[in-house]
Amino acid sequence: MIAIIDYGVGNLFSLKSSFASIGVEAVVTQDRETIEKSEKIILPGVGAFGDAIAKLNETTMAEVVKSEASKGKPIMGICLGMQLLFDKSYEYGEHDGLGLIKGEIRYIGEVIDKGLKIPHIGWNALKFTGEKSKIFKYLNDGDFVYFVHSYYGTDCIESTIATAEYSVPLTAAVCKNNVYGCQFHPEKSGDVGLKILKAFCEL
Amino acid sequence: MITKRIIPCLDVRNGRVVKGVNFEGLSDVSSPVELADFYSKCGADELVFYDITASAEGRALFTDILCEAASKIFIPLTVGGGINTTEDFDRVLKCGADKVSVNSGAIKNPKLIYEAAKRYGDQCVVISADVKRVDGVFRVFAKGGRENTGMEAIEWIRHCVDSGAGEVVLNSIDTDGIKGGFDLEMLSAVCAAVNVPVIASGGAGCIDDFTRLFKTLPKVDAGLAASIFHFGEVSIKDLKKELKNQGIAVRI
Repeated sequence: MIAIIDYGVGNLFSLKSSFASIGVEAVVTQDRETIEKSEKIILPGVGAFGDAIAKLNETTMAEVVKSEASKGKPIMGICLGMQLLFDKSYEYGEHDGLGLIKGEIRYIGEVIDKGLKIPHIGWNALKFTGEKSKIFKYLNDGDFVYFVHSYYGTDCIESTIATAEYSVPLTAAVCKNNVYGCQFHPEKSGDVGLKILKAFCEL
Repeated sequence: MITKRIIPCLDVRNGRVVKGVNFEGLSDVSSPVELADFYSKCGADELVFYDITASAEGRALFTDILCEAASKIFIPLTVGGGINTTEDFDRVLKCGADKVSVNSGAIKNPKLIYEAAKRYGDQCVVISADVKRVDGVFRVFAKGGRENTGMEAIEWIRHCVDSGAGEVVLNSIDTDGIKGGFDLEMLSAVCAAVNVPVIASGGAGCIDDFTRLFKTLPKVDAGLAASIFHFGEVSIKDLKKELKNQGIAVRI
């Protein structure tokens, strides 16, 4: 069973449905026992970093995620959920993240060419970096996934497993041992996205 | 690099796709879910469900259909039609919509875009504008293009983006239904005024119209159409193949 962490942000309908479509049971929950019993954890997220990390802490979900991660349980952060795994974010101020992935979250406007639209929104191609990650085992380099974000992960070269070109290579996915993160939305990336979720479930 | 998006639009009334369609392999040609699934498999990058229902029963049917579509189809879904309050946003977002498009609702309630963007994020709010030339000036029309609001369109669209709309759908009433190509002049004016994604709507009649759109106006992010896809005049697969041949970045 997959536990999708519910800490009061965003709608998790599509995420839950995407697991159902690949035949995997997923529950949306903030019950500690359920999360501890789960085989894998998904950390979703939309909205602003500051609000989200505050809610994660308030609901004690931050602590649960960190403790499960330390036990070696596979965890995947999606979109803002990926960013929350990092050490720190500079979205509207300065906020500490969960510290599971070394690196920082910064505004894409600082690095991309002037005149490009922000957010980086739409379908972009994945470029694998280093050895092909296990979560990409069913994918080919250059497969398209769906992005919507204005901030990105940086100073995380050692954990980056894929980038997407937006005048510069932006961090698209990260992995540190059992902790994974996707900046894009696998649950909105058609068959390619479902293949990533399937590979994650098979870890 | 981000690809250009091709977006079919499905008008739904009382739970059915309004214009009858006829595709091989579709058992129920007016089922929005089947049609949406078909388009998704053909390579549509996103889908728009437009609710043209007037009754409360129809509205409930629409949300049921949306839930069903969102539980089977895993590409971005935009919902429009009858969005007047943030509660309407809530209603469709809970059913799996990713973006919500507002038109007359934003004209009636000037705070709607700001409030929705604050609550759900800019990326979630789409301003859809029906625009027509009146005495040489671009004017915003309301009520499905029947009523001239008197507002100058470019100013209105810029105002909506400043209030938090993260994307613009520009529907040119002048070119809509004529199948002679998108309204490049009107689109160019909008692209110059805003720096959020712009989706062209109204006028597509053939594959060349899309090629011309993206080549002439590189700042346009997506092309939206309804009947040419529904009636099979343009297949999304062929369209994307041709765009790729022409050197335009698309997802294939």
